[in-house]
Amino acid sequence: MSPCLHVTDLVAGYESGNPIVRGARVAVKPGQIVTLIGPNGAGKSTCVRAIAGLVPVESGRIELAGVDITTVPAHARVAAGLGFVPQSDNIFADLSIAENLDLGIPRGAKRDGRERADALLASVPELCERRSRRAGGLSGGQRQVLAVARALMAAPTVLLLDEPTAGLSPRAVTELLMQCRQLADGGLGILMVEQNVRAAFTVSDQVVVLVQGAVAMVGTPAQVSADPRLAAYYLGAENPS
Amino acid sequence: MSVQVLLDGVVEGSLIALGAAGVTLTYGTLRFGNFAHGELVSVGAYVALLIAGAVGAWWPATELTPDGFTATPALLVGLLFGAVLTGLLAVVIDALVYRPLRDRGAAMAVSMASFGVSMAMRAALEVGFSARPRYYSEDLSIAWDLGFARLSPDRLLMSAMAMLIFIALGLYLTRSRLGREMRAVGESRQLAEIVGIDVRRVLRATWLIGGGLAAAAGVGMGLLVQIRPSMGAEVLLPLFAAAIVGGLGSLRGALVGGLLIGCGEALAVATIGAEWRAAVSFTLLVLVLLVRPTGLFGRRE
Repeated sequence: MSPCLHVTDLVAGYESGNPIVRGARVAVKPGQIVTLIGPNGAGKSTCVRAIAGLVPVESGRIELAGVDITTVPAHARVAAGLGFVPQSDNIFADLSIAENLDLGIPRGAKRDGRERADALLASVPELCERRSRRAGGLSGGQRQVLAVARALMAAPTVLLLDEPTAGLSPRAVTELLMQCRQLADGGLGILMVEQNVRAAFTVSDQVVVLVQGAVAMVGTPAQVSADPRLAAYYLGAENPS
Repeated sequence: MSVQVLLDGVVEGSLIALGAAGVTLTYGTLRFGNFAHGELVSVGAYVALLIAGAVGAWWPATELTPDGFTATPALLVGLLFGAVLTGLLAVVIDALVYRPLRDRGAAMAVSMASFGVSMAMRAALEVGFSARPRYYSEDLSIAWDLGFARLSPDRLLMSAMAMLIFIALGLYLTRSRLGREMRAVGESRQLAEIVGIDVRRVLRATWLIGGGLAAAAGVGMGLLVQIRPSMGAEVLLPLFAAAIVGGLGSLRGALVGGLLIGCGEALAVATIGAEWRAAVSFTLLVLVLLVRPTGLFGRRE
């Protein structure tokens, strides 16, 4: 099966001439969860933000379902089928739950992911009842589910998640990751950045280890966790032998 | 407070509120106080003057204008086109001056630039039309005696127009997708992009609406008082005071703030003298901010 998201030789950073992501390559197939891990400052978040169109790309290519979207503005990538859930500040606190969800459907969109979003929301009673409530009053875990549901409203083919479990309780972490697995089983391609490596490995199909902006290892969770280089990367080695 | 003072205050206040609505919308979505908003009021008044003059030349209004009104159908045409053209001017100014600065993240520079835009626009109006006051009509709108107060037909017409615009706009912005998008952009421009909102399109719509509202306020003020290049600059403080008193970003706040400032000014004129009129906005502003720093309907950021 051909990948729904194909990133090749991506070089990106906030300042031109000083890239944070240096030649990253990632491929996500429909139904797959690919998890991006790596030590602090490896450029994981910058990588997904560049794919979402929020960080200037210096070179490389981003393809969504075979279409080159490297120069497409961020807002238009949503309509093209790319959903992104940032790590924090990912809902409109002053707007109601219903308004947050409605904004998830792009203007003039032909597709509507309401069904898939509703299925996800069904797991959190607070988000199903009284949707006219201000979203700012929700807990961290509820906000995260709302943000993912909002991204699903646009019926994306690929979902990018930047540390979706950060700050959640252990139980909420497991729940959210299981929900991601279900979404992927439904055909969605997911690329996520996770610090919660052990929990993420239980649901991932593939793991990409990013070190200093470049891909250092790729493999199944079992392969990557069995590789002695993994610990060395986390301890700061660049090229462990 | 006599009924007459209250009535005068509501009429003036409803026009201030229209101008303040534009201030509050641009602040709400862009987090930017546009000091050139007053000049949009003046430009709207002059554009309507030109169009009303041109339309009036081949559409003599006498048989259509009810007794007592000096506001002719030609002026209403002028108001409509004046609002559209002033809105477009606001969009163009943003594209040429504010947006390049905003894209570079120079928030303070944008406010300073709006001072410059304000002076340039006022100077252009003085060159084009001279500082001499102009009027939409040479006739007087004779006031009706209602028994408890006097009210001229023009004043009734203009405050009714302002209220109708407010109701229509309020309904539109609370129910439409554009209204939601404007609130979303005001809260976080980056998240709006992430969600898939075309932020530039939303900002253009905000300027178009804000400029149009300024023009409508300008026509009202021009009809009830006179049209001068400095009319907008003089009304800038009341506009900002109304927007801030009501709570920046809140449309309802702009209406209530406008009416409060209008009534305060009318009361000052009736009791302590017209020369204190300008001090009212400032005093009300300070008093409200001392008690409620976010304004009456504002939200803490």
